[in-house]
Amino acid sequence: MNTSVVVTGIGVVAPTGLGVNKYWAAARAGTSGIRAIRRFDATGYPARLAGEVVDFVAEEHVPSRLIPQTDHMTRMALAAADWAFDDAGIDPARWPEFGMGVVTASSSGGFEFGQGELRNLWRQGGEFVSAYQSFAWFYAVNTGQISIRHGLRGPSGVVVSDQAGGLDALAQARRLVRKGCRLSLAGGVDASICPWGWVAQLAGGRVSTGADPGDAYRPFATDAAGHVPGEGGALLILEDAESARGRGARVYGEIAGYAATFDPPPGSGREPGLRRAIELALEDAGMDPSGIDVVFADAAAVPELDRTEAAAIRTVFGPRGVPVTAPKTMTGRLLSGAASLDVTAALLSIRDQWVPPTVNTEPGVDHHLDVVLGAPRELPVAAALVLARGYGGFNAAMVVRRAG
Amino acid sequence: MQRRVVISGIGVIAPGGVGAKEFWALLSAGRTATRTITFFDPSPFRSRVAAEADFDPELHGLSPQEIRRMDRAAQFAVVTSAEALADSGLDPAGLDPYRTGVTVGSAVGATMGLDQEYRVVSDGGRLDVVDHAYAVPHLYNYFVPSSFASEVARSVGAEGPAVVISTGCTSGLDAVGHAVELIREGSADIMIAGATDAPISPITVACFDAIKATTARNDDPEHASRPFDRTRDGFVLGEGAAMFVLEDYERAKARGAHTYAEIAGFATRCNAFHMTGLRPDGREMAEAIRAALADARTAEDQIDYINAHGSGTKQNDRHETAAFKRSLGDHAHRVPVSSIKSMIGHSLGAIGSVEVAACALAIEHNLVPPTANLTEADPECDLDYVPHESRTWPTDTVLTVGSGFGGFQSAMVLRRVT
Repeated sequence: MNTSVVVTGIGVVAPTGLGVNKYWAAARAGTSGIRAIRRFDATGYPARLAGEVVDFVAEEHVPSRLIPQTDHMTRMALAAADWAFDDAGIDPARWPEFGMGVVTASSSGGFEFGQGELRNLWRQGGEFVSAYQSFAWFYAVNTGQISIRHGLRGPSGVVVSDQAGGLDALAQARRLVRKGCRLSLAGGVDASICPWGWVAQLAGGRVSTGADPGDAYRPFATDAAGHVPGEGGALLILEDAESARGRGARVYGEIAGYAATFDPPPGSGREPGLRRAIELALEDAGMDPSGIDVVFADAAAVPELDRTEAAAIRTVFGPRGVPVTAPKTMTGRLLSGAASLDVTAALLSIRDQWVPPTVNTEPGVDHHLDVVLGAPRELPVAAALVLARGYGGFNAAMVVRRAG
Repeated sequence: MQRRVVISGIGVIAPGGVGAKEFWALLSAGRTATRTITFFDPSPFRSRVAAEADFDPELHGLSPQEIRRMDRAAQFAVVTSAEALADSGLDPAGLDPYRTGVTVGSAVGATMGLDQEYRVVSDGGRLDVVDHAYAVPHLYNYFVPSSFASEVARSVGAEGPAVVISTGCTSGLDAVGHAVELIREGSADIMIAGATDAPISPITVACFDAIKATTARNDDPEHASRPFDRTRDGFVLGEGAAMFVLEDYERAKARGAHTYAEIAGFATRCNAFHMTGLRPDGREMAEAIRAALADARTAEDQIDYINAHGSGTKQNDRHETAAFKRSLGDHAHRVPVSSIKSMIGHSLGAIGSVEVAACALAIEHNLVPPTANLTEADPECDLDYVPHESRTWPTDTVLTVGSGFGGFQSAMVLRRVT
C-alpha cells in the first residue's frame, strides 16, 4: 500500500492575482486577467494579448541581491515558494535539511534573461554576456534557487514536458515523499512574455490572434482559434499524510492518482493518449469515473485538440457525464505553470464546494460536455480530475480528492 | 520484491567516436578528442577549446525534414536511441507502445538552434522587438526542449510516460535514475532513456567565459582537459549523447537478451549553497553516494571503480575527492577513480549518461578507462585516478557521480548482472 500524500501549503502567482486568496476571489467573480501586452511593444505581432502578472513588483518579494541574477519567472517562483511555506505553517530552517526537496517544471527556462544576453552577445560581443547567464536561463534555475533560499537539500528535480510539466512535477514530488522525503515543494511557475519568447510561441502555431480579450481564447467553441499565453503558476507543499496529521497541519487534499502517456506518431491512425492517461490515473487512485465530481480541462482551444479532449472525457464519463471547467480561460495558458494552478483550483473547489467557471467561450454542442459556464457552480466536490497536455504529444492526468 | 532494471542496449555519440564501439575504443586507448573549436570562429572568446563530435545526420538516416525540425541535440538523441534499440535485439515493431516510455536528460536544450535563430530574428542583435517573419517554422521545438523526448518517443513508437529531465549537469544521471524508477514502480517495462546536449555555440562559450569555468589552455587543446591535475584550469566544453534500452530484468532474461549491467541504485541531493559554487567538504555529494549505495544494498568496499564527475575545475575536483573520502572512508584510497572528461570534455546534461555508458562498458570489459593528461599531482586530489592508461581490473560494481549548477549532486551504482 502506497503512502497517502497530501497538499498542506500553496503559493500562487496568477495574472488574476497574487496569492491563493486573490486568485480564488477572481476565479469566483469570473474576472479575466487577459489584456493587451504591456511588457513590450507587441503592435507588430499578429497576437497581442496575454495573461500578464501585472502587479508583481519583484523588489517587494525577492531579496535585492537576487534581482540581477534572476529571470522574471524565477522571481515569481521564489515568491510563490515563500508563500507556500507560510501557508503550510512551515519554517524550513527547523526541518531536517535532507528531508526536504523541490521539484519544478519548466517549459523554456529563464527565456527573457536569455534574450537579454543573446542580444548582448550579438550586438556587442561575448565579453558583454552576464556572469549570471550560465544559470539564470537554464531549466533547472527555479529548483536551484528555491533549494538555496530555503536550505532544501533532499531529493529534488526538474521536469520539462511543456504544459504537462506542472502535473509531472507534482507526481515526481509525490514519488519522492513516498520514498521517504518528508516534504516536497512542487509545481511550476513560468513565463516567456518577451519578444523572443513571443516569436517562439507564435511559431508553435497555437496562439490566438484574436484582438478582443473577451473572446480571444475560446476552448471547445466551434470556432476555437488558439489560446492566449499567460505567465505565473503555483507551487504546492506535499507531505506524507500521516506526518502532516501528526503536526496538526491544515490539509487541502490528497494527490490520489496520476498517469502520463504519450501520443502515437502522427499519421498512425491510433487514438491519442489522453483517454488512457485518465483511465490510468483513476486506476492509480483506486477510483471509478463516478467518483470524480469535476474535470479541469486542458482546454487547448485548437479544434482538433479540443475534439480529442472532449472525446476522452466523454468516453470515460459519458456524454455530459461530469462537470468540466477551464478557469485558465481567465489567466491564459501559463506554460508549465498552468497545471499546478489548475490543481490548486481543484483543491480549493474541494475546500469550498464550488467550481470556478469557464469564461468567454461557447462550447460546441457536438462535444457533449457539461461545461461550467459564466458563473461558479455550487456542487459537492470530493474529488477532481486535472488534465494537461504538452506540445508534441505529452498527456498527463491527476486525481485530487478530499483527504481521508 | 522490487523489480530490477538492466541495460540491454547502448547508443553513444561522443567526441572522437560515434557509436558505442568507437566511443569505447577512444576511452580504452586513452586518446583525447579536445581540439580548437571549428563550429564558429572562436577568436573573440577566452576559451577556444571544445570537444566536437564528428556527426553527419544524413549518414545516420535522418531525413531532410527531420534534420530541419530537430536541433542537433535532438538529432543526437534520436540517432543514439536507434542504436540502443538495435543493440538491444528488441524488434521495434514488437514493442508494446503503452509499456514503453522515454526520458531524455538535457541541461541546456536547443542552445545551438536558439542562438542561431535569435541572431536572425534580431538581425544580428540590432532589433529589440525581434522579427517573427524570419523565424524558422520549428522554432517552438527549440523553445521547449521537451521536443527531445517527443522526437525520441515518436521515433521509437513509445506511448508510455515521456519527459525531459533538466537538472543541469546531473541531467544525464537523473534521467536514467528517473527511468529506473518508472520501471520499478510498474509505470513501464521498457524505457528508452539517456541524455543529450549540443551546447557548442557562441552563447554557451560566452557564458562560461564570463565565470571563467572553462579552460584557457588554448595553445594546447589536446591536453586542455586536466581533471585532478595540479595545473587544471577549467573544463572543456563537449557535446554528445548516450541513450539506453532499460528493461525489467526478468523480461530481459526471458528473451535471452545480452545485458551490460544492472542499475542497482540511484540518489540525488542538493547542496543548497550556491548556483555555481561548491563547498570543499563534499557533504551533499557524500550524502547522495551513501543513499545510492543504500538503494543498491551495496557496501562501500564493494565498489570496484568510481567514474568521477572530474570536470577539471579547481573547485570540482577537490569537492568530489572530499566527497569520496567522506562517503567511502579508507576504501576511497583503494578504489580506482577516473574522469573520461579528460578525453571527451564535458557535454553538460549529456555527460551523465555518456558516463553511465562508460561504466557499463567498463563492467563488460573489466577495464577501467584512464584519466588522460594527469601528469602533476595535486596535494588536494590524492586518490588513484588511473593516469594516462586504462587498467585491466575486475570491475563488477561501479559508482558514477555528477555535480551540477543549481547545486545538484547525484550518484548511481551499476552492477554486473548475475
